[in-house]
Amino acid sequence: MTGLLSVSGLSINFGGLAALSDLDLEVAEGAIVALIGPNGAGKTTVFNVLSGLYHPSRGRVTFRGDDLLALAPYAIARRGVARTFQNTEVFRRLSALDNVLIGRHAHIKGGVLGGALALPRVRSEEARARRDARALLDLVGLGDSANVEAASLPLGHQKRLEMARALAAEPTLLLLDEPAGGLNPTETRELMGLIRRLRDERKLTILLVEHDMQLVMGISDRVAVLDHGRKIAEGKPGEISRDPAVIEAYLGAPE
Amino acid sequence: MRRAVLLVFVIVGLAWPLLAPRYFVFLASLVFVNAIVAMGLNLLSGYTHQLSFGHAGFLAIGAYTTALLGLHGGGLPAPLALLGAGVVTAAVGVALGLPCLRLEGLYLTMATLAFGFVVIEAILNLDRLTNGADGLRVPAARMGPWALTTDGARYYLVVVVTALLVIAALNVTRMRVGRALLAIRESEIAAQASGVPVATWKTIAFALSAFYTGVAGGLFAWLIGTLSPDAFDVFLSVDFVVMIILGGLGSVPGSIVGAAVVTVLNDALAGFQNYRPLIFGTILIGCMLFMPGGIAGAWRRQTAP
Ligand SMILES: Nc1ncnc2c1ncn2[C@@H]1O[C@H](COP(=O)(O)OP(=O)(O)OP(=O)(O)O)[C@@H](O)[C@H]1O
Ligand SMILES: [Mg+2]
Repeated sequence: MTGLLSVSGLSINFGGLAALSDLDLEVAEGAIVALIGPNGAGKTTVFNVLSGLYHPSRGRVTFRGDDLLALAPYAIARRGVARTFQNTEVFRRLSALDNVLIGRHAHIKGGVLGGALALPRVRSEEARARRDARALLDLVGLGDSANVEAASLPLGHQKRLEMARALAAEPTLLLLDEPAGGLNPTETRELMGLIRRLRDERKLTILLVEHDMQLVMGISDRVAVLDHGRKIAEGKPGEISRDPAVIEAYLGAPE
Repeated sequence: MRRAVLLVFVIVGLAWPLLAPRYFVFLASLVFVNAIVAMGLNLLSGYTHQLSFGHAGFLAIGAYTTALLGLHGGGLPAPLALLGAGVVTAAVGVALGLPCLRLEGLYLTMATLAFGFVVIEAILNLDRLTNGADGLRVPAARMGPWALTTDGARYYLVVVVTALLVIAALNVTRMRVGRALLAIRESEIAAQASGVPVATWKTIAFALSAFYTGVAGGLFAWLIGTLSPDAFDVFLSVDFVVMIILGGLGSVPGSIVGAAVVTVLNDALAGFQNYRPLIFGTILIGCMLFMPGGIAGAWRRQTAP
């Protein structure tokens, strides 16, 4: 296994708050890695740095040898890093199908002129993109909601819609921020199956943030634990659940 | 049913110069010209959420470019003159759009408002070229050996250009480009994360919007025959905004309907100039409160299954 994503010495401050301090993290190709930690630990901040939304004060991030910190968010997406959002960030007034189609933006040809003239080439690209987008909606179980406005989908469906949109970009690395948030146990089990399939069948590498420990321990190859912006533990799921530092971070230190 | 209605419109539209008195031929031409501006403004404001109160400025640039091409361009055929007006205006659109990338919401709108004033000042100051406040006579549109000097001839030119631009706008907005623009309106963060280069598309939206408005400016110049800066004041920019809010943000058909209603209303209220701001203000507030999607949104709700 080779390192696909490599984060080293990452630090970022908001005002006086050190949201991340000197974070190192390696994600191997084809792995499912979980990033866990109490509320406010800095997990989402890691995602925001990886996707180019936040600029760290120190540190390096390389992805397949490229320096991600030098790239704009859209360029990072085009290099193969796609993500979902903790508080869902669907295109609310657009249909589910259009949401997924926007995920395919970089893979569809057709600029202003070709579009205005509706050239045959542009039309056939469009038709193919629609087929691909529908297949992705089917994959995440939203095949029946293609024409539904995204805002009117229940939260759990919006999360899956974001997964479909992220997959539409054909990423190598998929970042999932609390994909099981708001799901019931059955839905969570289905989600675990889906995440495994994405890795096994589509050869994706997955970095996920999640509070549901059953999901984390059930599907992760490795788990990294953050607390107050520092990594306090990393290892296989079995090791992490027994780690005293982790237990303390979650339960609070005995005074 | 829909097709039948559309067919009636097309037939009446084509026969209009034969059916209607001269003034109404002119008025219908003006409706189409305003529809082009409204479509252009909608591509910017309705699709990418960059609200402009400066589109009268773009219209002026297109109009003066066309007039100057007519005066100094050696009998340039109308399509080329319009293309020239569109391209020049689009270039100005890019020049305005690039600094606007750093602005959002109210600040962006203020910048476009200022742009409108700057254009008027520029026209007044470049009086060697534009004749300033005295007004610039626009040579008639030419098609080869013919000059389009009647209201009917100008009407057909306007109709053909409008039809082409409607088709282009429908095509563009229904596919990849339209989706990218809408994605920017809905969530810039998610658009970027989906691989959409937001800054590029915002700038393209400015260019495209200015192109449409510049072409409309060319047609407008031929329709009114004499240009002076006061024809392009800020109230005209406000009218364009009313058109797209009434018609429906993010809707091409809505732009056309909004343009028709506002243009005809404006004409009907010509004798009550003092009440115009009151009436249009009421329309705007009414739309925002009771019909947020404009006429297009209400239509969609009516016809939804
Ligand atoms: N843009 C920002 N401006 C200021 N502070 C921020 C910003 N983003 C994050 N923070 C702060 O950084 C810390 C880490 O936040 P982050 O969202 O990464 O936590 P998290 O681990 O994802 O928590 P949760 O489990 O609640 O989602 C928090 O204290 C948060 O308030
Ligand atoms: Mg978070």
